[in-house]
Amino acid sequence: MSLDEITTGRAATAVRHLLSINDLDRDGILEIMRLADAFAEVSERPIPKVPALRGRTVATVFMEPSTRTRLSFETAAKRLSADTMTFTAASSATVKGESLRDTVETIDAMGIDAMVIRHHASGAPLNVTAWTKASVINAGDGTHEHPSQALLDSYTILETLRARGGGDGPADLSGLRIAIVGDIKHSRVARSDVLAFAALGAEVVLVAPPTLMPASLEGWPVTATGDFDATLGDLDVVYLLRIQAERLGEVLLPSLDEYHWRYGLTRARAAALRKDALIMHPGPMIRGVEISPDVADLPASLVTRQVRNGVLVRMAILFHLLGSGEI
Amino acid sequence: MADRERPTRPTGRVFVARAQVMDADEVRRALMRIAHEIVERNRGLAEVVVVGLQTGGVPLADRLAAMLEEVEGPSVPCGSIDVAFYRDDIGLHPVHPEEVTDLPFDITGRVVVLVDDVLFTGRTVRAALEALAARGRAGSVQLAVMVDRGHRELPIRPDFVGKNLPTRRDESVDVSDEGVWIGDLVAAGSERGAR
Repeated sequence: MSLDEITTGRAATAVRHLLSINDLDRDGILEIMRLADAFAEVSERPIPKVPALRGRTVATVFMEPSTRTRLSFETAAKRLSADTMTFTAASSATVKGESLRDTVETIDAMGIDAMVIRHHASGAPLNVTAWTKASVINAGDGTHEHPSQALLDSYTILETLRARGGGDGPADLSGLRIAIVGDIKHSRVARSDVLAFAALGAEVVLVAPPTLMPASLEGWPVTATGDFDATLGDLDVVYLLRIQAERLGEVLLPSLDEYHWRYGLTRARAAALRKDALIMHPGPMIRGVEISPDVADLPASLVTRQVRNGVLVRMAILFHLLGSGEI
Repeated sequence: MADRERPTRPTGRVFVARAQVMDADEVRRALMRIAHEIVERNRGLAEVVVVGLQTGGVPLADRLAAMLEEVEGPSVPCGSIDVAFYRDDIGLHPVHPEEVTDLPFDITGRVVVLVDDVLFTGRTVRAALEALAARGRAGSVQLAVMVDRGHRELPIRPDFVGKNLPTRRDESVDVSDEGVWIGDLVAAGSERGAR
């Protein structure tokens, strides 16, 4: 018996992480979707809570500002009866100069089962796996990935199609044409979404001005265009990314008005979409830049549904990593 | 009987039958007897609801509800619950929900008849009691099973039993509409080598 087994009472098994959508194959993604369905039922109960992860501790470590992702993970953990610990950079020893490694090792020493981490450096969560015995969940790292966002996006599309079919929906996203529009170059959401949508069989089109498109798309399962208007008519889903105002200083965009005029989902563009097309956005939404104020409130807009489903999908991720064990 | 094989989730092992212990008629008669016993015990069906445990108990619960209607009159509310999130072995074994819980009625004050195919250690029933308690305060809970195979690890006993079947701990029991078989769980791919 190892020291770990003696101190935790649990046999040492392979620790699993979610750092990238590539950590899951198609079946793994669909297993998360299936678990999220079960948690959707739990969330509709008078007491929306199950004891599945009683006694487990989930730490959220956010070195970048975020409210919705952190609250979403913490709500998910609490609905599974796990205990939560919150670490935010602004109110911690980080401002006193503590390194990420020391922070992680300190939190790990308190005894945790999962660490949900957001960091401004791409790849930071992978480093963290070496410093903790807990499952590490990437909640956004630099311009790399944001896998839980992509899983909740996939779930939201599948759920919407199933509701339209009266409870009968497709098994995956095969045959769907999805456009991701905006700052692809700096977007971790776009990277995870491309991988998840493609793994589920969708055809992905990236739409962006050349300055906001990655230098190379080699190996990406996508097509790319700068002409938003030409793609509108045959899209099943329009996925808009937030334009980060700080990018303006890098001379990548002449002005927010010009971006809105060429790449924003205006009322005229929304009218050119098919009647059954869906509109999505990972939030926070900047009305008047990537989306017109009134378009954000159309029935086709799934933005609030995405937030609601975020809790369900993060419950599924936590249960998948901590609860179901290896087969 | 080697032609009776069934893969099982989530272990991926395959059930290989050795002997049949009930045929389809015997299963039907046992269910009909249980229906009569439920009516007798509860002096009618006024407060009775039937809840099948995912997955083996669900088809039995549906059949039992139909028989109760046949025996005593108006239809009986029938639902299903999946107890995966209430199990006490989460983290020890792979635990997955099989199906989404479907309990479209309030159980508060009702007589809940839990239905499962096989009663073994009693741990699934314990999890089901906790799952029910999270949904409301039932007036009472009764347990109906097609097969009680012994080896209880908790102080739980059934109220209605189709058949008491002595088994070894390492054996397995398979219940379906076509009958009840006793056999073994073997690793997938090695079925041919089994007895």
